[in-house]
Amino acid sequence: MSDQFYYGIEVLLNGLMAGVLYALVALGFVLIYKASGIFNYAQGVMALFAALTLVGIMEGQIPFSHLINAIFGTDLHHFGWEVPALLAILLTVGVMVLFAIAVQRFIFRHLVGQEPIILFMATIGLAYFLEGVGDLMWGSDIKTLDVGIPQGGSFWIEDMTAGLGSENFFGFFIDKLDIVATIVAIVLVAALVAFSQFTKQGRALRAVADDHQAALSVGISLNFIWILVWSIAGFVALVAGIMWGAKSGVQFSLSLIALKALPVLMLGGFTSIPGAIVGGLIIGVGEKLFEFLIGAPYLGGATENWFAYVLALIFLVFRPQGLFGERIIERV
Amino acid sequence: MKRLTTAVLAGAVLAGPVAADLVIPDLSYRTGPYAAGGIPFSDGYQDYFTLLNERDGGIGGVPVRVIECETGYNTEKGVECYEATKGEGALVYQPLSTGITYQLIPKAAADGIPLHTMGYGRTSAANGEVFRNVFNYPANYWDAASVAVNHLLDENGGSLEGKTIALVYHNSAYGKEPIRTLENLSSKHGFTLNTIAVDHPGQEQKSQWLQIRRERPDYVLMWGWGVMNQVAIQEAANIRFPMENFIGNWWAGAEHDVTPAGAAANGYKSLNMNAVEDMPVFDEIQSMVIDAGKNAGDGSNLGSVLYTRGMYAAMLAAEAIATAQDMHGEPEITPAMMRDGMEALEITEARMTELGMPGIGPEFSVSCADHGGSGMGLVQQWNADEGSWVVLTDYIAPDEEVIAPLIEEDSMAFAEENGITPGCD
Repeated sequence: MSDQFYYGIEVLLNGLMAGVLYALVALGFVLIYKASGIFNYAQGVMALFAALTLVGIMEGQIPFSHLINAIFGTDLHHFGWEVPALLAILLTVGVMVLFAIAVQRFIFRHLVGQEPIILFMATIGLAYFLEGVGDLMWGSDIKTLDVGIPQGGSFWIEDMTAGLGSENFFGFFIDKLDIVATIVAIVLVAALVAFSQFTKQGRALRAVADDHQAALSVGISLNFIWILVWSIAGFVALVAGIMWGAKSGVQFSLSLIALKALPVLMLGGFTSIPGAIVGGLIIGVGEKLFEFLIGAPYLGGATENWFAYVLALIFLVFRPQGLFGERIIERV
Repeated sequence: MKRLTTAVLAGAVLAGPVAADLVIPDLSYRTGPYAAGGIPFSDGYQDYFTLLNERDGGIGGVPVRVIECETGYNTEKGVECYEATKGEGALVYQPLSTGITYQLIPKAAADGIPLHTMGYGRTSAANGEVFRNVFNYPANYWDAASVAVNHLLDENGGSLEGKTIALVYHNSAYGKEPIRTLENLSSKHGFTLNTIAVDHPGQEQKSQWLQIRRERPDYVLMWGWGVMNQVAIQEAANIRFPMENFIGNWWAGAEHDVTPAGAAANGYKSLNMNAVEDMPVFDEIQSMVIDAGKNAGDGSNLGSVLYTRGMYAAMLAAEAIATAQDMHGEPEITPAMMRDGMEALEITEARMTELGMPGIGPEFSVSCADHGGSGMGLVQQWNADEGSWVVLTDYIAPDEEVIAPLIEEDSMAFAEENGITPGCD
């Protein structure tokens, strides 16, 4: 086999890994849409906010310190302690639960029964509000996120695969961060499936997803379920924020990772957790292989962003509900 | 309420016009994805004018009034800021965005207000005979490309024959700026140029760096901004590309570009149009501005790459104001006088030393024909252990033999499109 063939395999493997990272973002969208029919425009900003909060807690940063200093003329920035990563993650989960409660209490409780477009518009407002609060709370500077995830190519994989094509082929490059992200995604999906299948709250969540009215009639609290699902989406956003933030530092463009999730959702369907995973993998592999085979050699490169949407649109033509979405059947 | 409003308005009218001042709008971006770069630049820009007000009572006895307007690095907002502030008597605009600059070039020409696009914007604006109101001294993108290649020539004994240089660029007008120059330089010096585009915002660059790993170029140049820089440096470290062979332009060489990658960023190089050393002026800013609580930001950026660049930009504006005051014998200058001052600007080492900024930039002078300055830049290298940039070279001159014809060609095309008769009258 030629080097080109093995390079193609390398691109495919990296596409799968990138797809997992896209799927992590898409999962948050799916969870909220499935349970409440809301397309949460703020999911990307939630990932940013969660990551900002995590770094802020780890570094012992005083929230709103810029605002406090501007008003009172003080010079406060840090509490003077640092919090271990695991504890900081738990505290951040707590913040995201509080955020879910606030979102439910102050926004969506007042919008029950409104058209989906109204709910969508509310999430647009929420996104900008959250971005502003994140800025005010933790500052706009780029923050380094180090929770101990290894980065860089795996020497072991490189050594094991070196020389596969010719002696010039120096092994597959697989980023250790991507391997960790894949393991985390598998554990996360397994935990979500187990939660929805084997716990009382999970069954209630599925009931609400199937039919709000029927769920209400058997005594399931819609408020509780929505808080629960926004909390889980907040946790998923935190995981996505950690994985992406470890690469680029935690900064405001982290919220733009939501753009990477949209074609995944179009392809995998808005209501399917397996769809988000499979959609992510197809988009990741598809865009990377297209860039490798056609984009870079013939089109000047940088084709991934638009090709992901083209790929999703092609799938949409044949399956409008997405690969795993629920088929829409309306009877007269 | 109505009575109160009337009283306030009457008071304002009776009070007459406020004392004249020198109005400098600051089109900043403290929010959004590019805030990490916008904040230190704006802090430096504003703090220097505050220092002049506190220490000297302004420039030529006239206080400077900075009007900050948040653009969020958004072109539409930038134009709104321009429209909202030009009526205040704005003397010069520093848009800090190539996109905003392109929109403001015709507006500023119509309004007679000069633009200073320092190391960004439309490169061919260096031809002052066509772009009468636009100044891009001390250097532009094409200078940067040439300075990078000249540095590599120095490192390779004067020859790049047979070498391969990859350009990783932001897939935008800004990122594409150096391609033509590098193509011409590649023909001249015999190196192979590979261009690799990265789509906005640049959060995902796996394909690009796998391509670099496959093609193994000798050097990688980068034209990036925002998150693209941090991700590129991390990905370069991931594939173990030799950092000393990776050179960013001067918008890819701030502290926040390298810190997310930690120790892995050690050895990364970038160009700079200004020095990054301790200077006496910092002590004055610390004592008279920051300690006095009159600083624009939180004071933490003092001395950083982009703070220093913002301060340098303010110094160049202040020197142009002083030049205009001298030329016209009038302390309260107009935008037209400011333009004259910018066109007659002369920056010498003696003057920079006098201002407490020895060696902050190269010596240069501006003329009607040349709005671009010397075009010189230096190369700095990141020391991750120390957490600081180390200046590696003196200011390196660009290859005018290659750049001048490009500027002539592009500016003349602009003149023809817009019915401008080039000239200095």
